[in-house]
Amino acid sequence: MAKKAAYMGMLTALAFVFSYIESLIPISIGIPGVKLGLANLVVIVALYTIGAKEAFTLSAIRIFLAGFTFGSPASMAYSLAGGMLSLLVMVSMKKSKLFSATGVSVLGGVSHNIGQILIAMLVVENAKLLYYLPALILSGTIAGIAVGILASILTKRLENLISSQ
Amino acid sequence: MKKNDIILIGVLLTVALAAVAGISLYLSRSTKQPEAVVYLDGEEQSRYPLGQEQAIQISAGNGGYNILEIKDGKADITEASCPDKICVNQRPAEHQGESLVCLPNKVVVEIENGGESEVDGSTN
Repeated sequence: MAKKAAYMGMLTALAFVFSYIESLIPISIGIPGVKLGLANLVVIVALYTIGAKEAFTLSAIRIFLAGFTFGSPASMAYSLAGGMLSLLVMVSMKKSKLFSATGVSVLGGVSHNIGQILIAMLVVENAKLLYYLPALILSGTIAGIAVGILASILTKRLENLISSQ
Repeated sequence: MKKNDIILIGVLLTVALAAVAGISLYLSRSTKQPEAVVYLDGEEQSRYPLGQEQAIQISAGNGGYNILEIKDGKADITEASCPDKICVNQRPAEHQGESLVCLPNKVVVEIENGGESEVDGSTN
């Protein structure tokens, strides 16, 4: 139990730091919402090494921490919509056993972007934002592949570490 | 990676690329040249393409006037008979939906079919 708490704490801190690092990298290609999803890497690792419930907790804590420290209420709402939808999709896809961590991560990235754009459409009441969707699916897929491959490497190593102790 | 992963990635990339291509084709077809549309008392009077530099005198119903200048793809009211000159001080309009308004003369100049206004967004 103590080991799990320590592990959760470490992952939460890591996810928080990754969110911060990502907020420092300006990706300005004219499309809002395009990003690497570094924090998602930690969430996927948590999902594969400890479990779905813990991954949900970690993701929610990270979003609130990031929102209150260097975000805004608006960015928090977008993140929450994207993050929760993405986790729901990832958890159910992991359960279905159809995909490896890479496929799960890709679906997570894409659904994250879909969640964000749906909230953005509600907020500005403009359906034209849908034009951004294909580009966001593209960026979500590519970022998801990178994050997924990293996550499966990390998961393997961390599992060894946990079981050896 | 499993075989399913590859299929998933392939399908997503194909769908997204096809949609990007479709949307850019649609936008390039539907985007006509932006025009400055002059409304007098809510009724459309005339249209002027923003690509063509010119100065137009708009005669308002009350005997007043506004001078509309089109330059560098922007519409700007440079002179007006009204006392407040709010329309003269307005920023030149160039994007779809932007407008210049002179209330005393009931003159509205609106940009139509132009490029979309910039959308600002930030997420974390």
